[in-house]
Amino acid sequence: MRISIFFMLFLYSLANVVAQDCTSSLSGRVLDYHNSTALVKATILITETQEQAFSDEKGNFTFNRLCDGNYELEVSHPSCTTQIIPITVAGNTSIEIRLEHHLEELEEVQVIGDAVPKKTNSAQEVTLTSETLEKYSTASLGEALRELGGVSSLNTGATIVKPTIHGLTGSRVLILNDGVRMQDMEWGDEHAPNVDINAVERVSLVKGASALKYGGDAIGGVILLEQGIFPVTRDTLFGKTLLNGVSNGRGGNISSSITKVFTKGWYLKGQGSYKRLGDQEAPDYVLSNTGIQEFGASLAFGKRLFEWGFGAKYAYYDAEIAILRASHIGNVDDLIRAINSGQPQTIEPFTYDIANPRQQVRHHLGKLQAYKRFEGLGKWSFQYDFQSNRRFEFDVRRGDRDDQAALDLELTTHTVTTDFRWDAKDDFRLDIGLLGRYQDNFANPATGVRRLIPDYERLDFGAFAIGEYRLNARWILDAGFRYDFTQIDAKKFYLTSRWEERGYDQDFADLVIEDVGTQLLTNPVFNYNNFSATTGVQFSKDNNSTFKFNYALSQRAPNPAELFSDGLHHSAARIELGDLRINSETSHKFSLSQEKNFKNWGFILEPYAHFVSNFILLEPTDVEFTIRGAFPVWGYRQTDVRLLGFDSSAYINWTNNWSTEHQFALVKGNDLDNDIALINIPAANLQNKLIFSKPEWNDLEVSLRSNYVFRQNETPPNIIVFSAEQQQEVPLAINTPPDAYHLFDFYGTMTFGLGDTATLTASLGVNNILNTTYREYLNRQRFFADDLGRNILLQLKLNY
Amino acid sequence: MFAFLGLFLVSCSDDDDNPEEINEEETITTMTVTLTPQGGGTQIILASRDLDGDGPDDPDITVSGNLAASTTYDGEIVLLNETETPAELVNEEIEGEADEHQFIFVVGGGLNATAAYADDESDYVSEATGTNFTTTNPVGIAFTLTTTDASSGTLGITLRHEPTKPNDGTLDGAGGSTDITQTFSLTIE
Repeated sequence: MRISIFFMLFLYSLANVVAQDCTSSLSGRVLDYHNSTALVKATILITETQEQAFSDEKGNFTFNRLCDGNYELEVSHPSCTTQIIPITVAGNTSIEIRLEHHLEELEEVQVIGDAVPKKTNSAQEVTLTSETLEKYSTASLGEALRELGGVSSLNTGATIVKPTIHGLTGSRVLILNDGVRMQDMEWGDEHAPNVDINAVERVSLVKGASALKYGGDAIGGVILLEQGIFPVTRDTLFGKTLLNGVSNGRGGNISSSITKVFTKGWYLKGQGSYKRLGDQEAPDYVLSNTGIQEFGASLAFGKRLFEWGFGAKYAYYDAEIAILRASHIGNVDDLIRAINSGQPQTIEPFTYDIANPRQQVRHHLGKLQAYKRFEGLGKWSFQYDFQSNRRFEFDVRRGDRDDQAALDLELTTHTVTTDFRWDAKDDFRLDIGLLGRYQDNFANPATGVRRLIPDYERLDFGAFAIGEYRLNARWILDAGFRYDFTQIDAKKFYLTSRWEERGYDQDFADLVIEDVGTQLLTNPVFNYNNFSATTGVQFSKDNNSTFKFNYALSQRAPNPAELFSDGLHHSAARIELGDLRINSETSHKFSLSQEKNFKNWGFILEPYAHFVSNFILLEPTDVEFTIRGAFPVWGYRQTDVRLLGFDSSAYINWTNNWSTEHQFALVKGNDLDNDIALINIPAANLQNKLIFSKPEWNDLEVSLRSNYVFRQNETPPNIIVFSAEQQQEVPLAINTPPDAYHLFDFYGTMTFGLGDTATLTASLGVNNILNTTYREYLNRQRFFADDLGRNILLQLKLNY
Repeated sequence: MFAFLGLFLVSCSDDDDNPEEINEEETITTMTVTLTPQGGGTQIILASRDLDGDGPDDPDITVSGNLAASTTYDGEIVLLNETETPAELVNEEIEGEADEHQFIFVVGGGLNATAAYADDESDYVSEATGTNFTTTNPVGIAFTLTTTDASSGTLGITLRHEPTKPNDGTLDGAGGSTDITQTFSLTIE
């Protein structure tokens, strides 16, 4: 390898000697694309001759003694994207080169709550990189997100993982997959985002003014799942294949992606992955019926030039997820029995079979986008996306109904967005945009089970403006506002007895359109007008110290579950009731961030205070008796809440090879109206990691992580229910938190060169090394079974 | 901008079909227990009826009269789904899956009586195979209730789906998930 470089240099020097006789010249200027100011110290390299020049104070540069002919210039600047420019030299030639001075893909996001910063980087490391995501290749997106400080998750078993940001989850967390807001049935606790983690190359958490671009209802936050940025100026072909094996679940996955870039900005990218796991295991027993099968594929193509471009993408995701058999229960006595017994009611030998109860989800996503830059003005973008999400839930049913889904929803969404970014001035940037969305939900009556979520149509319209002003090198101010209109038009059957019990016959009599005997067909149409706004300031004393403050006002319209839920949830042994009277919730969040980096160590401190009025929550309100026994009724209600918390992280580089990373996150949630703790708030958590890295030894990196999760001592009180079996009132320990636990993980990786461009990376991970038995407060299956035992992961990655 | 929104409204508002009504297929609304004294006497009927299924109304429980002392009653349980017209006889499904179902009888509150199974799985035809089950675990669609001295107390009847079979006849021993459970207050005179 090294020899060939010397050889090439030798050839180049020969060429230079030959070129001595040529007399043409190339002169030019390098300018900022947006405002035409001169760019100083840009590097201009003639790739054929390896001659280079630098632009002067006025942006000028000159090459003398060139031969006439065709050349390729590589123009780079520390704060610009590098450009390759073909040029024909004939006599004394001059050229004007315009570089984009903004590296905008990176600046678009302002980020908080990141993993510990990389030591090489004085700036805040803003994302989860593909290396981190690859560690979670056999797990789920939600698990990978927990690497970010302040992010936890609400789980149903190990495979259904919903991200939770600063204690908030579900509809309060927006997930954008490659610029498309995920429209899945995000409203149930047991509905995870339909995303194949292997199709994601970068993850960021967004806060501040730029979050408004994606929606005004992101009370918890916005998670951006992005594709890597690849150079589109050279004709290249590259790809990656991951092969994983895991011991817990006795399975693994394979994932592959390939990108072809043509000259003139055309690109084609394909990706696919397949995962299969059998029953997973707790330290003492098999978690019967917890397997998963997942398939994802995507194809994208387009043309990306500096001034304009367009692209099209299609992605498909299909998952079949088994739900722990022991978590299917009949009534509250079954739940009491499960909680008291301390181990699952059903334990069977390991199998790969996925039996009922199970979920099957299919998600199609299509996207068309285009952009155009206007010199000295800005960039205009347009996007249309389509999503179709089909969800089946199969339950343990009587008779020959096992293959008949108990829940069958089809959600179709069309979205159009457009925005214009005005960036002609260096110190001021303005982003304005519009959104239109139409959504249709169809609940298939073939289930033979009354609909939990009704048929509805939803219409959204949004408009936003975001500005960022750089006062000087130290101060940046930003502000933005957004307006959203939402209309929900539903057609729902209510049991007449339920309609009257809720008092709807008094308040909503005009919604009834048909009386079919024991049920009423109603047509609720609700409109919501929501405003959100944000403002923030960033002060950088120097490169090693940054202080940020942000205030955000957000409003969120209630989701269909909060309005219309009406039925029995078997996995929770509870009747869930929405409320037609619920209106939008309004949140005020104040956050501070202080980051400092010293020579060998650094830290980030991020306290926040979050007040939400009309916060929508689900809590036990009553008990109802049916022939099947007693069930607690969980009703949605609104209250005022307060969330106080902070995230902190630090790193220390002890020597060149040894370093440590530390993270601590704490959040406290209170229902102010009733002066009780909020349900499902993550417990305090402390992570410490010891890392040994030796780049000389094939990029060796070995780490040991300790994760201590405290007991959540602040929970709402347990409820008292009548037990038919015991013929008396008994407490239902539904809010009793599990004990604190401490887990250790190991991870080691090495990279080997294979030929000129290919590399092979081998990694070994061991999760829960000590096979500790534990239960997690935010896992809904904690009532029924222990969490996962030891898991050994082996990964081979081939880059080519 | 608003024209664009208007286009959306127009293009999407032609979907005015009303959704189809769903009647729960699996709900059991009515359990009727007929107790017939061996050797003749007054039949006693215990019934629980909850026509709105999982809705807010409580089940309506009736007991037709008091039991006689020192008598053995032949009991028979009939389950109906009355949200369908005509009412569906749920017994057929239970019988077809007799190996996955079992009634558990709990005598409590000082009632001087004992319950015993009077059937087993081999009395029923399997839905899966079309022939009688070959296993002989109890099911409980037919049972006997034997009274001794005058007293009052309760009889709890619980139908479990996918219990551990065979089991010791207690609720804890059976496990599984509860399809139906009702407790009747009875008097022996």
